[in-house]
Amino acid sequence: MIDVDKKLHRLNDRLVYIKDIFAGKQDEAVRMLQVRLEEFQARVSEMSSQEKMSALSAMEELFTFMEQKLNEQLTPMDKVRIVRHPQRICLRDILENVYDNYTEIGGQDDKSIDPGMLIARAYITRKRGKALHNQPVMVIGQETGHGEEFRNGGSVKPWGNAKALQYMKVAEIENIPVHTYVFTPGSYPIEDYPGAAQQIARNLYEMAGLKVPVISVFSEGGSGGAEAIGLADRRLMLSHGYYSVISPEGAAAIEGRLRDGARAAPELIERCAMQLKMTAYDNLNHGLIDQVVEEPPLGAKPYHYEFFQSLRNELMRATDEVVLTTRSFALLRGAVSHPHRPKSLENYNAENFVTRWSLSPKARERLLTLRHKKFRNLSNGRWIDPRTPFDKTLSKIQATSTDLINLFRHDLWGRRKKQIGFAVEEMDAGARMLLHRIFTPFFSFMRELVGPRPQPRIAAEELTALSSWEEDNGKSSVWSYISSKAKVDRAVTCPNADKYGCLDLWAPDLYGEFAGVCTNCGHHFPMGYKWFMYNVFDPGSIQEFNQEIEAANPLNWDGFDAKLEQAKQKTGLKSGCITFEASINNTRMCVALLAASFRGGSVGVAEGEKFLSAIERAQRKRLPLLAYVHGTAGIRIQEGTNGVIQMPRCTMGVRRYIDAGGLYLVVYDTNSYAGPVASFLGCSPYQFAIRSTNLGFAGRGVIKETTGMDIPPDYHDAEKALSRGHIQGIWDRRDIRNNLHQALLTMGGRNLYYK
Amino acid sequence: MLDISKLLEEIKQTPFDEVEIISPWCGRVSCADINEDDPVSGPCGSWLEIPGTLLASVEREHNPKPVRAPEKGRIKLIRKELEGQFIEAGTPLVTLKHFLTKQEVIQIILRQALHLFNAPERAKYYFVPEVDMKIRTAGHRSVRVNDGMDLFIMSRMKREVTLPYSGPEGLIYSVYFSHNENVGAGDPLIGVCPEELMPIVEDVVARVQAEWEEQD
Repeated sequence: MIDVDKKLHRLNDRLVYIKDIFAGKQDEAVRMLQVRLEEFQARVSEMSSQEKMSALSAMEELFTFMEQKLNEQLTPMDKVRIVRHPQRICLRDILENVYDNYTEIGGQDDKSIDPGMLIARAYITRKRGKALHNQPVMVIGQETGHGEEFRNGGSVKPWGNAKALQYMKVAEIENIPVHTYVFTPGSYPIEDYPGAAQQIARNLYEMAGLKVPVISVFSEGGSGGAEAIGLADRRLMLSHGYYSVISPEGAAAIEGRLRDGARAAPELIERCAMQLKMTAYDNLNHGLIDQVVEEPPLGAKPYHYEFFQSLRNELMRATDEVVLTTRSFALLRGAVSHPHRPKSLENYNAENFVTRWSLSPKARERLLTLRHKKFRNLSNGRWIDPRTPFDKTLSKIQATSTDLINLFRHDLWGRRKKQIGFAVEEMDAGARMLLHRIFTPFFSFMRELVGPRPQPRIAAEELTALSSWEEDNGKSSVWSYISSKAKVDRAVTCPNADKYGCLDLWAPDLYGEFAGVCTNCGHHFPMGYKWFMYNVFDPGSIQEFNQEIEAANPLNWDGFDAKLEQAKQKTGLKSGCITFEASINNTRMCVALLAASFRGGSVGVAEGEKFLSAIERAQRKRLPLLAYVHGTAGIRIQEGTNGVIQMPRCTMGVRRYIDAGGLYLVVYDTNSYAGPVASFLGCSPYQFAIRSTNLGFAGRGVIKETTGMDIPPDYHDAEKALSRGHIQGIWDRRDIRNNLHQALLTMGGRNLYYK
Repeated sequence: MLDISKLLEEIKQTPFDEVEIISPWCGRVSCADINEDDPVSGPCGSWLEIPGTLLASVEREHNPKPVRAPEKGRIKLIRKELEGQFIEAGTPLVTLKHFLTKQEVIQIILRQALHLFNAPERAKYYFVPEVDMKIRTAGHRSVRVNDGMDLFIMSRMKREVTLPYSGPEGLIYSVYFSHNENVGAGDPLIGVCPEELMPIVEDVVARVQAEWEEQD
């Protein structure tokens, strides 16, 4: 009787699940299953035990058949509902069923710094002959807990991500692999220390250099929250999961230009889910994940034990594969390497092989090189590059020759020169010390003999005359470039006029001489990016590169080609990123500028590629690197996961550059939010903001929508960001040049040519 | 003696304030799409970050500047005849009928009934120990004050001086400062009510709390 009740209960759950994930669709199938279930429940009291069991078996078969049939009709939005369903597997189910033993660390259940982030030390037991080997791993992932309220749906707060990072570093010390599980709809968008964006950036930066294998499994990969633990050597994805730059509801709100939490129509949400190309196979086709792990029809649930076995096998294989590729000699490499696995090893069972998962120091270095290479190649070619093959080859030759010249100039000759210089300096200091010792008694004797030396007379004029106006040899009241806003005859009101009594300013004065700064309260009005380009750097020193690279529409998003074309015509730019070399007081630097005027400064593949090329150029030429963020609204949603992958991709480049001894400066202007701030911008150790800038992770509307909190008007102010420790200083726009020069002199690593 | 019941009746007769909104600048007027008797809202939100309803804009030197409702209420009069005209600063544009809230009615009554004793300079204020003891045991409404009585200790920059009360005799009805917090010069410290008025004031305030119906 208990068995019958249990089975009936489970069938009811399956029916509820089907109803929930199809949300009113597939009515016929649902009705049929419901009628059969109700018929059975009506007759159950009249049936014998044997009849009940056989009827239940028939019902189970019917359910399985219908689930298989419905599985083929799943839309991307249905998959979103699958991963958000309380019956969906969660990380605890995986810990119970995939690993042989585990201990939860860093908190337990609701008694944790963030119950949305679960961390455990676990091990997998493998056999070699009769011997058993326990292979330890660090398991880190978001926990949804089958709808437990305190888990916050796997939406992790900044301190949860900080905890994850802490244990990744522990894994690095202990030389054990990290398995991460992405079960998040997105990060909890608050700025309280350490701040959502800044902590994700920190996680990405550290993971870019984490010297142990990292394997990630994606179930629900919601944008920045996913990236916080998703930068991995092998990225597996569950077949019914999604991995996207934004939730379909969020994309629909943007597409439908909805405001104040207005709900988008279900059709629009469904269409956006389709266009975002966020399913496992979409991501596999775009090369953004390495492998899909098949789930049972309509998604895995906690009782699908075969699924857990296959996930365990794939995890072991993936970890083996990463470890073996870092070794210079490995017999098993061919057997485990997924895309090249020979037919004969198709049924390779990872349980029966043992590969040590600890890495030697050399293997650790190789691991990082391979990880860098992997992310460098992601989303390759998903931009428009009109250069001919000849031009591309020429540019490669130029890059190689620059490499060679710099190798000679800075490494071979430069290093020797420095060493000789140091030796000469030391000899000179020694000689001076010796001469000082010899001659000091003689000079003091002479001084006593001759008497005190007469002081030079200070000219009377110097003390009595009025000081004269010193010619300013830098920028003074006249700027080299005057904004077009200064050509309009109108008055402008300062937004702080009510508070500080600022008088109206005449636009030609404000945008001309005053550089867009209120003379009373110091409020900075937004200026175009050209003002920065032509007033900050030495005149005529700007040399743009990679201007041919154009933003494209890699997902063929409806109507986006026209919008892109419009942006290109309006701004005269081909993408939202301008990369150039320029000088400040003759010190050359590499600059990547995100222009707010091009699609809100959003970052897509073209922008990511240009940014990355600028990093590589700076590294190659031993130049400091400046990211000037004229404004960015985040990752370009119309490019889907291709856009979001720019977060780890560019952060990886930044990490390599900083490790090589460069100086990476970030200057924020106007408004900067979301993905770029939560990755390759936010990871800089030297971040500054121009006064009146706003920066953070999510805007007011998103915070209200996701957390239900109202935020004060100054929540994203630069001053607030400074007091939270997210940036290191606030600059006046008129002082950017001087401050940048000061930064070049005082900050940065060992690899800069001018140091 | 002040007749508080009469005062309350008077307020009930005209339970609103009329707010005249004038143009703060000279310029050319364009009225917003509002009419007489339309409801308008003042600045709202937890930090008053949502501005009031737009009533008109006055454009000067190609700079249209908004004129917004400072209070919640209804439009009593809107001078649409000024549409498109150049006006001087100080010209009335809109008259609002702002219906009084409970708090505002209580404030009006208390303003009439109480004598406010203000802080002479920015400092921290404490009651003298005897008064403080009495307040702790029997509440501030049990403290009788009279002119010249040493009532406060004014503490500023490690300097502590006694501050005597000056004003009519009565009981302390309300205390407007809290322990260890600075009070600005001119801000009220206490409100003193003549003893005979005390029960009437308490009764009227309770009635306002219970009976006053706030209107949109």
